[in-house]
Amino acid sequence: MADLAPLAVAIPLIAAAALVGVARVVPRRVVDVMALGTSIACVVLCALVLDDASGGTIVHWFGGWEPRNGVAVGISFAIDQVGAGFALFVAVLFVAAFVFCWRYFVVIGPVFHALMLVFLAAMLGFSYTGDLFNLFVFFELLSVAAYALVAYDIEEEGPLQGALNFAVTNTIGAFLILTGIALLYGRTGALNMAQIGETLAGEPADGLVVVAFTLMAVGFFVKAAVVPFHFWLADAYSVAPTPVCLLLSAAMSELGLYAFARVYWTVFSGALGGDEALEAVLLGAGTLTALVGAVMCFGQRHLKRMLAFATVSHVGLFLIGIALLDAGGFAGTTLFVVADGFVKAALFVCVGTVQHMLGGVDELRLYGRARMLRITGPLMALLALALASLPPFGPWLGKAVIDQAARDAGAGWVAAVFVVASILTGAALLRATARVFAGIGPHDDPSIVDAPAPEEVDAELRYPHRRVPRTMTIPALALAAAGLGVGLVPGLRASFEGAGQPFVDRAGYAATVLHGQAARHGEALSLAPGPAEVLLGFATAACACGLAYLALAPPRPRLHRLGLATGRAIAWLRPLHSGYVGDYVTWLVAGAAVLGGLFAVTLTS
Amino acid sequence: MSFLPYAVAVWIVGVGLYGIVTSRDLVHLVICLSVMQSASYLVLLSIGYVKDASAPVFADVPLGTRAVDPVVQALTLTDVVVGTTVTALLLALSVQAHKRYGTLDPRRLRPGRATRRHG
Amino acid sequence: MSDRVRLTVFGVSLAGLLALLVWGLAGLPDFGDFQGAYGQLLNRVAVPERSTTDVVTAVNFDYRGFDTLGEEFILFAAVIGVASILRTLRGERIRRPDDDAAGRHVPETSLLVRVTGLGLVAPTILVGIYIVAHGHQTPGGGFQGGVILATALLLIYLSADYMTMRAVGPTWLIELAEGLGAAGFALIGVGGLVFGSAFFENFLGKGTPGELPSAGTIPLSNTAVGLAVTGGFVFMLSEFLQQALTHRRVHHHRRGGARRAS
Repeated sequence: MADLAPLAVAIPLIAAAALVGVARVVPRRVVDVMALGTSIACVVLCALVLDDASGGTIVHWFGGWEPRNGVAVGISFAIDQVGAGFALFVAVLFVAAFVFCWRYFVVIGPVFHALMLVFLAAMLGFSYTGDLFNLFVFFELLSVAAYALVAYDIEEEGPLQGALNFAVTNTIGAFLILTGIALLYGRTGALNMAQIGETLAGEPADGLVVVAFTLMAVGFFVKAAVVPFHFWLADAYSVAPTPVCLLLSAAMSELGLYAFARVYWTVFSGALGGDEALEAVLLGAGTLTALVGAVMCFGQRHLKRMLAFATVSHVGLFLIGIALLDAGGFAGTTLFVVADGFVKAALFVCVGTVQHMLGGVDELRLYGRARMLRITGPLMALLALALASLPPFGPWLGKAVIDQAARDAGAGWVAAVFVVASILTGAALLRATARVFAGIGPHDDPSIVDAPAPEEVDAELRYPHRRVPRTMTIPALALAAAGLGVGLVPGLRASFEGAGQPFVDRAGYAATVLHGQAARHGEALSLAPGPAEVLLGFATAACACGLAYLALAPPRPRLHRLGLATGRAIAWLRPLHSGYVGDYVTWLVAGAAVLGGLFAVTLTS
Repeated sequence: MSFLPYAVAVWIVGVGLYGIVTSRDLVHLVICLSVMQSASYLVLLSIGYVKDASAPVFADVPLGTRAVDPVVQALTLTDVVVGTTVTALLLALSVQAHKRYGTLDPRRLRPGRATRRHG
Repeated sequence: MSDRVRLTVFGVSLAGLLALLVWGLAGLPDFGDFQGAYGQLLNRVAVPERSTTDVVTAVNFDYRGFDTLGEEFILFAAVIGVASILRTLRGERIRRPDDDAAGRHVPETSLLVRVTGLGLVAPTILVGIYIVAHGHQTPGGGFQGGVILATALLLIYLSADYMTMRAVGPTWLIELAEGLGAAGFALIGVGGLVFGSAFFENFLGKGTPGELPSAGTIPLSNTAVGLAVTGGFVFMLSEFLQQALTHRRVHHHRRGGARRAS
């Protein structure tokens, strides 16, 4: 059964190659069907792999090269529940994206679908792999596919700059990861994550280990868009086609953090230990990201940029969960990632529907024009409330579990960060929904500091829009149901908690991968949310509504002054997101130096 | 003398990054990115070097001769292919940028600030 | 950020980053003294186990063949990405390549260039095929040989003209080569799954090292990769040339235009 995992990676690749090879002779619908069929096949394969992985980490050695005396000779797939679950999550998102594509493009060659299939294969391989260089190769594969996909709408103005900024910053990040891998290879002579972890464990961390950790962390943080490596994200999301945005937001950023967690736990946790200082640095980075993202989100009028900054903010929250450096925090984070991913994907589908039907994504310019979209409007409002931690939905449950784990670890103050980030992002989305779908609120807003979104060119050339195509409403509803429902399915939370244990067990992982021994795990954690979390959730959602109401209320002098003050507070952040790649790279280098300095000070003493 | 290859690699990284940040021409920027990436090839190959050893090809030398590390060479091969392909993508974007805006200056290519050349 | 602020921030940060790198690299074993277990093991066992004499190719296509699959598809994705970015846009038409300035006399390609260039095409192709085929015995392989083969087509453009190059290498053939090569390589991997027990398992007979037909599936993989790389590079080069030579902008009115707010 372990053989299915490589098939899940190979089949989309072969399909992509086949699509390009027969590009000329095949009509459009066949391309759509092939892509959709391949992604459904991947969902089935990934589900089977997940089922298998529930019994323990599966290991598949490519080429049949088993390790000899603990020295890995070939590349391995080391699939535990988290990796398998993530792969399944990604495959489901792709099915939704392909369904959405059905009516989204008017005329399209097979190149888009081929790139998407390569993107899918890369993400699956990335989730499954147990070899550090293989991780890098799939990282680059998904990056290259993403660059090409973001630049797809080359007819428009934005994609050029967005793709350029994206490509340059992420390439630098990938370079840093490779240098880190080279350092580790120089020290340990191995590329297999379990083997490197075994070799490094027990030795104190010296300069090489700390620097390798820094470089790899920075590289993954660039992909995940942690502040200050996040500047490329809004530029790229605002210009990419909606099916691509959906995947970038719900899957790619999360993969960056997944890789960081995976590499930390399997490679570095033996040498760096569950260091308090490391926790503090990561918590700081997560908090900064969450707050910067939330504040910028509130000041946006371009709907996709708003969602982009909401993504950044939530990445900060994920990082906080991972920064707790224990099984409970990690389990909560995985739950939160899945729920939040589905919700954000559904939100992007809604925004994409609005863009398709009305030709614009600007909150103020679309004032009231989306009234006719009778399903999309209420759905978006519900999703915004879910993001604002409304119980009993998925995002609320994820946050509640992380809060519990944080309290157990003595870092209960993170709940405040969660509350603030949720209120700001939820309020921004509620405000936008109210303006766009119901025409509530003033036509101008002093707290919005971003430039207006470009008007769509030749909007009337799009698909003749009388009703919203069903291939757009169905994915939105399905994704929303998945995201909201994660909190409602009994037993799901327990299985996420069960998955967290093996992930943080470095010695067990190494024993399974290198020597084939099954690992045993202790008591399951029980992080069920109590009444306090439920109350907090309702309070957060209520505050988000309140903030949205304040933003939309008829202009009164005191409110107007408040709005101006908010605008000025946000205004100093805005010019930093200048769109110029030189600025972005400067911040990248600065962030890398600062992070490296902090790690050097905290990890070697 | 033992640290020289690594020092050169560090220098190349610095030069490449400086070029990217101060660049006024997209093609120059892409080439600087490519230069920076070559530092990783240097680091990889220097790590695998063994003194007084030959290449890991045993077509005409007996098995058991000292040879350099073959793994880093395979890694470098992969790295080179990856670097080349990303460079090609970025250059394609530069070509389109020049066509659209008549300029290759990245400082003028910000969203909302560039002036269109035609229409 | 103003130029001066940016430069200052960057300068300080770069110094910090480079210092970090030096600190990290200082922890490496001495230059020339590497004792990596993985590399030494492979140097010992690759020839008898794989019947190849080139250990690097054995690593690339057998021990770590899955990495090469990813790498090949990176090339594939970049090639179709370039094709998508440089595609004919709405306001463009494809015309025969001609000179922009009317009345300018374009000199004919000199006879020397033509003869040398075209004369080199056949040897280049031969060298390329040789390097692809012998990758498992001597340094070389699919990637290196594929690039040489792509150069052969470029020689035709340099010594003759663009239309001749298009006639020799039509787009459908290149696309087919690209797709076939990439899919072929992946299918060899699947073959390992079907005929052996693991993905990319070498399922053909090994033969004796030093002879051309040996090393199982490695020559096949080399061929597939060579095909894909040739197709890919030729495709990319012809896309760039097409942009420069044949794309012409046609002015047209934009209806309901895009007013850019600045």
